[in-house]
Amino acid sequence: MDISTPLFDGNLVRLGPIDHEKDPEIESRWTHDPAFMRMMYIDPQRPLSVFQLKKKYEQIEKEIEEEKNLFHFRIRARADDRLLGLGELGRISWPNGSGYIRLGLGATEDRGKGFGFDALGLLLRFAFSELNLFRLTAIIPDYNQPARALFLKAGFSEEVRRREALARDGRRWDLCNFGLLVDEWKEKFHAWH
Amino acid sequence: MLGTDLLTGKLVRLAAMDPESAASAWVNWRANSEYARLLDMDPAIVHSVKATRAWVEKHLDDWLAHEFHIHTLEDDRLIGSLGLDGEIKVHGDAFVGIGIGDPAYWGQGYGTDAMKIILRYAFMELNMHRVSLDVFDYNPRAIHSYEKAGFKLEGRQRQMMRREGQRWDVIYMGILRADWEKRFGAEYRLEPDGTGPNK
Repeated sequence: MDISTPLFDGNLVRLGPIDHEKDPEIESRWTHDPAFMRMMYIDPQRPLSVFQLKKKYEQIEKEIEEEKNLFHFRIRARADDRLLGLGELGRISWPNGSGYIRLGLGATEDRGKGFGFDALGLLLRFAFSELNLFRLTAIIPDYNQPARALFLKAGFSEEVRRREALARDGRRWDLCNFGLLVDEWKEKFHAWH
Repeated sequence: MLGTDLLTGKLVRLAAMDPESAASAWVNWRANSEYARLLDMDPAIVHSVKATRAWVEKHLDDWLAHEFHIHTLEDDRLIGSLGLDGEIKVHGDAFVGIGIGDPAYWGQGYGTDAMKIILRYAFMELNMHRVSLDVFDYNPRAIHSYEKAGFKLEGRQRQMMRREGQRWDVIYMGILRADWEKRFGAEYRLEPDGTGPNK
């Protein structure tokens, strides 16, 4: 690993910018799918049109420009450049070296194939080797077992369990914070390579 | 009959936040860097009264929609402020934040009393299912106060902050409506099912 090692290219996926022409139609389909939306977001599912997504992308890029604490990536398949999902490092507190991470794959058929783990590896390297963060937090509802497994596999540990913080489908669920420190990442990272 | 003392406790009462008194009080309190560092993980910085007032005026109906001033009952002195999330979301969970700006009132139960009032407000008026907060490792006085108000430890974000060259955990605490009713229901004359005052 050195300066020439690509930050944005994994084994299966690539991190890239928003494609304002092609992405809205694909993401609009994802927003109609509760299997994606309820895993990715705590706010109530709201399907978005192509028009609404174009506006949302402009807001994201405005926030990146103005707030200086958000990094937003599109996850694409290396094989065919197809849009798979999105990944974000946000709410970064520079004086404290801490930030939040989240990622999601839009289509059910793209899950469980290693794309998420590959993308998470890239996001972690970017956070720790390029942004020089000290730690990351991921907020995961208790019903999202695939995300729990993914972040645990990447070295995160459960730090906070906010009891019954979510209400969905007529019952309550805990909302957990997972954390990863830079030293823990380095240890894991060297084991991978 | 409905409870008529929703905003009054034993030592303090909660009152509306007037932008002018808020601005001068906040600037005054935040001149004490210890206060700013207990309250916020962002760097302690100073704002003018004018800028603070403009910010308060702008956000009175969104971010500050459930924010109150804390006044003492004995002499109606403004000693701090507290509030819940401005936007109440569908899940029935709200974060609470509190600051006693005048250090003369630290450690004497004023903050705990204010917290107990806003918990009653959260559960009996806003119908929350739970209330959350976070607090920094180096603030044991606050943690003790939150425990007295009924909050339980729910975890620690390890080494989340850096101050004075050291890293510190951010501690998460929460209180569930059912636990609050069990512990404080009698004090507020609630029916056993939490529906309202029983007199």
